[in-house]
Amino acid sequence: MSARAPASPLVRIRGLQVAFGGLPALRGIDLDVTAGESVGLVGESGCGKSVTWLAALGLLPGTAQVSGSVQLGGEELLGAAPAALDRVRGGRVAMIFQDPASALNPVQRVGRQVMEALRLHRGMDGPAARAEARRLFDQVGIPDAARRIDAYPHEMSGGQNQRVMIAMALAGRPELLVADEPTTALDATIQAQILDLLRRLQAETGMALVLISHDLGVVADMCDRVGVMYAGRIVEHAPAEALFDRPAHPYTRGLLAALPEMTGPRRRLDAIPGGVPEPWNMPPGCAFAPRCAHAAAACAAGPPGFRQAGPGHQAACVMPARAAVPA
Amino acid sequence: MLRFLALRLARAGVTIVLVVTFAFVVLRLSGDPALTIMSPDAPPAALAAFRHEWGLDQPVWVQYLRYFGAILHGELGQSMRDGRPAMALVIERLPATLMLTVPALLLKIGLGVPAGIHAALHRNSMTDRVVMAGAVAGFTVPSFVLGLLLVLVFAVHLGWLPSGGDDSWRGAILPVVTLGLGGAGILARFTRSAMLEVLGQPYIRTASAKGVPWRLVVRGHALPNAAIPTVTVVGFMVGTLIAGAVVVESVFSWPGVGRLLVVAVSNRDLAVVQCVLLLVASTMVAANLTVDLLYGLLDPRLRGQATAGAH
Repeated sequence: MSARAPASPLVRIRGLQVAFGGLPALRGIDLDVTAGESVGLVGESGCGKSVTWLAALGLLPGTAQVSGSVQLGGEELLGAAPAALDRVRGGRVAMIFQDPASALNPVQRVGRQVMEALRLHRGMDGPAARAEARRLFDQVGIPDAARRIDAYPHEMSGGQNQRVMIAMALAGRPELLVADEPTTALDATIQAQILDLLRRLQAETGMALVLISHDLGVVADMCDRVGVMYAGRIVEHAPAEALFDRPAHPYTRGLLAALPEMTGPRRRLDAIPGGVPEPWNMPPGCAFAPRCAHAAAACAAGPPGFRQAGPGHQAACVMPARAAVPA
Repeated sequence: MLRFLALRLARAGVTIVLVVTFAFVVLRLSGDPALTIMSPDAPPAALAAFRHEWGLDQPVWVQYLRYFGAILHGELGQSMRDGRPAMALVIERLPATLMLTVPALLLKIGLGVPAGIHAALHRNSMTDRVVMAGAVAGFTVPSFVLGLLLVLVFAVHLGWLPSGGDDSWRGAILPVVTLGLGGAGILARFTRSAMLEVLGQPYIRTASAKGVPWRLVVRGHALPNAAIPTVTVVGFMVGTLIAGAVVVESVFSWPGVGRLLVVAVSNRDLAVVQCVLLLVASTMVAANLTVDLLYGLLDPRLRGQATAGAH
């Protein structure tokens, strides 16, 4: 891992906006990822968690309008030449996806798909690439690696395929791994195994991890810092512990109230009333105001800026203090 | 695998029996060969003799059974018109037809597949629209219209090429182009939609996310997957190599199997028609069988199923 002053983040996202056909999907994202740390991004589907990173790596379809700035170690990625992006993708920043079964090419052996990354980013070919792919398969815990390397994706389980995806991501020795809902399509025991694997690999390689999830529990377990997204914006941003102990944004508090507790008496889970506003029908002020129990006139005036709610803890709410009163 | 093949072959046999039966019934019901071949003014005694000679005085089901029995003994009958073995007549015409259909097939593939790929990769661009408009024109304009149009331009106005009746390679150009353009349009559309379908798959995004340059994403990941549905259409086109040129052969007075078929049908020359149909059905069936086997080669997921059938 290259030594980097904590002051200069590995990835620095500023004012990232994305629109599809004129409809905004991301409405200004600011986010830093420091080398070696793990950052969680949570929010319901469609809030822009995945779009943020697909946009950052230039993986959105050409019809998406992207603006703002995404820097990797000071190098601007938005609008970078295709060849420069190809070196970054899978090399410095790797990404794994939700449904491993469809994320792998069905007509190519899994080993070959891993070796392709080795050839592109480490110039390895032939027996050397094969040996390294086997080592990676061992590293991500695929049993009988020597044989499985010649399997096709449909011959492997979902968990095994996700391990292949992770092996492929590790092939380029990335400084950052973006895991986009890596366990959503897997059953619970496999979920835990994959998360353990990611944690172990992060410790072994020192890479940074961005974990995109709609599962607060997963993020709480894995991440140093967490960003909560709502309707294309980050609404709260805090160290993981502070976020779960003292949620400052009403949306975050709503999400936590909707989680069942493992201990204590059974209680009704509180759902957040209403639904996410449609992209063509965004309120001018806080996007959460129409669903918020604490909404006031000031909330409709304009998008609220971040207010400090604790050390390293910010919430985009006009009255985070009041909102921070335990529910 | 053997059971898979045996099942396929049995199904192919049934298909051929159905085709031959259908042709027998339709031709028998639609006219009396004695009248068309001898002429309606022939003396009744001559007509009766003709009918007796070809077994036409027997009940239809007897004729049918006799016909089938003969086929099973490899006896495909004689032309009622000149008494020559029907199969010999058909085979004699085969080279002329293949001289049109084989180059036309190559033209369809060589033009249609790249055009479809290009259109998909530049979706909604100007070239996409031009290619798709051309493709729609290619397969909606009937081949006799396109053929006549080409004759009008290249034979009548420009005088570069013969308009027909010339079975040299120069005479083959216009019919080949006529056949090829229509098929190329169909293939371009199929290839385009197969490519678009594949380009939207998550594994394409995975390939980009691991840093594969776009050119190689297309070549290494998109094309092998898009080939699977495209092969079906090409297989179907291979199946029409023998009978696909009926209309075009008539337009260009090309002495191939297609024109033989047209003449034989209008004469109710049953044995010849049956021979042509038998050949056509066999080609279709063979092409389909080849496509099924190719699937297994292209798609490892189907390989499992094909062998699973063997247990």
